[in-house]
Amino acid sequence: MTQITVRVDGVSYTDDVEPRTLLVHHLREQLGKVGTVVGCDTSNCGACTVHLDGQSVKSCTVLAVQADGSEVTTIEGVAEGGVLHPVQKAFHEMHGLQCGFCTPGMIMASIDLLKENPSPSELEIREGIEGNLCRCTGYQNIVRAVQQAAGEMGSHGTHTAPETTGAQA
Amino acid sequence: MIPAAFAYARPTTIEEALQAIADGGDDVKVLAGGQSLIPVMRLRLAAPETVVDLTRVAELRGVCEDGDHLVIGAMTTHHDILVDPLIAAYGALIAEATETVADPAVRHRGTFGGALAHADPAGDLPAVALALDAEFVIAGPGGARRTVAAADFFVDYLTTALEDGELLVEVRVPKLGAEWGVRYEKFNRVAQAWSIVAVAAAVRHEAGRIVEARIALTNMGPTPIRAKATEAALIGVDVSLETVTAAAAQAAVGTSPSSDLNAQADYREHLAQVLTKRAVLAAAGI
Repeated sequence: MTQITVRVDGVSYTDDVEPRTLLVHHLREQLGKVGTVVGCDTSNCGACTVHLDGQSVKSCTVLAVQADGSEVTTIEGVAEGGVLHPVQKAFHEMHGLQCGFCTPGMIMASIDLLKENPSPSELEIREGIEGNLCRCTGYQNIVRAVQQAAGEMGSHGTHTAPETTGAQA
Repeated sequence: MIPAAFAYARPTTIEEALQAIADGGDDVKVLAGGQSLIPVMRLRLAAPETVVDLTRVAELRGVCEDGDHLVIGAMTTHHDILVDPLIAAYGALIAEATETVADPAVRHRGTFGGALAHADPAGDLPAVALALDAEFVIAGPGGARRTVAAADFFVDYLTTALEDGELLVEVRVPKLGAEWGVRYEKFNRVAQAWSIVAVAAAVRHEAGRIVEARIALTNMGPTPIRAKATEAALIGVDVSLETVTAAAAQAAVGTSPSSDLNAQADYREHLAQVLTKRAVLAAAGI
């Protein structure tokens, strides 16, 4: 067992983990952060996407020990004071989901996309969420949701949700 | 799916990493970005005794220049490559290919050196390194370094010139200036899929005439391979659809593509010709 300290959604946790423990399992099973889901278990679907030191990663393809000393933001940490993040709000309003299983990862990938490219074209949105699969094939409304969020975030200045920005070690 | 248990080492310097590899037992795996290794370990296709994680070895990460070469640290991530000003200025072919690797989340973790050392025949960066005649700087036990040319680095399917106990440190790539046109032409069927075939092309032309052509193929055999017949046929020709098509018709000469669920070998040979034609025409500005 290896002791790690990870700051998740603004709270610091110190735990013993096996080196083989995947970050997504640590988040769900040790920290109870079940908002992040396991979809495919093959690094394809992106349902488990979280932000590690401010960058989107597939948490099934990162070892928990690799997050030691890092900041993790999950879907549970993007709303602020009970107010949905603009991307969450846009997915709700544009009905950017059908069954909803891909939604946590879609939203985390979209937030990361908009951080790098605040006003993406439709093609750039599709490429930006390329690593996230919606098995309901509900991509049209997902793209519309990201477009709406981009518009809202652009017109209201920089969103100040507890997003991490630290450089990766 | 969870990997089999392993011992974990997290060095912070190249020296510590080499020591950890030396101390790790008979079956040591070096973890770079982990975007291929972790899936393989989850499937238990690999079950190493020790994993040496390089993500905290800061000296392995970053791009710098050394005369007429770019020097790319092995742990430079794909995302680092895509935002690097030196790559933008002198490494356009690397950037074009890197942009097609997997998806943004994978590119945040996956590394330039890791992709090359993994040497997947369907990976995009090996062909780019081969086309550019990159040099691989390898550190061995005790820290001694040796340099291996790209043509000698890729040995076989998932196999490189890296020996047990060695570590890929950096890759030196000749700078390509504005006199070069480049194109990475990739064929795959769906988002984030591997290349069925791809072509990395760099062409230097003067007044519409090709004076130098570097073309390498992805997934046309167990290792990336130069399209030497096409390269030779392009030298000195005036660029046109006809001349490039004729040269590209020889793109599959000397290749040994596999047949698998994605494509039969003869279809891959056809793709190599079509994609080479497109890549050279685009690189030559047509």
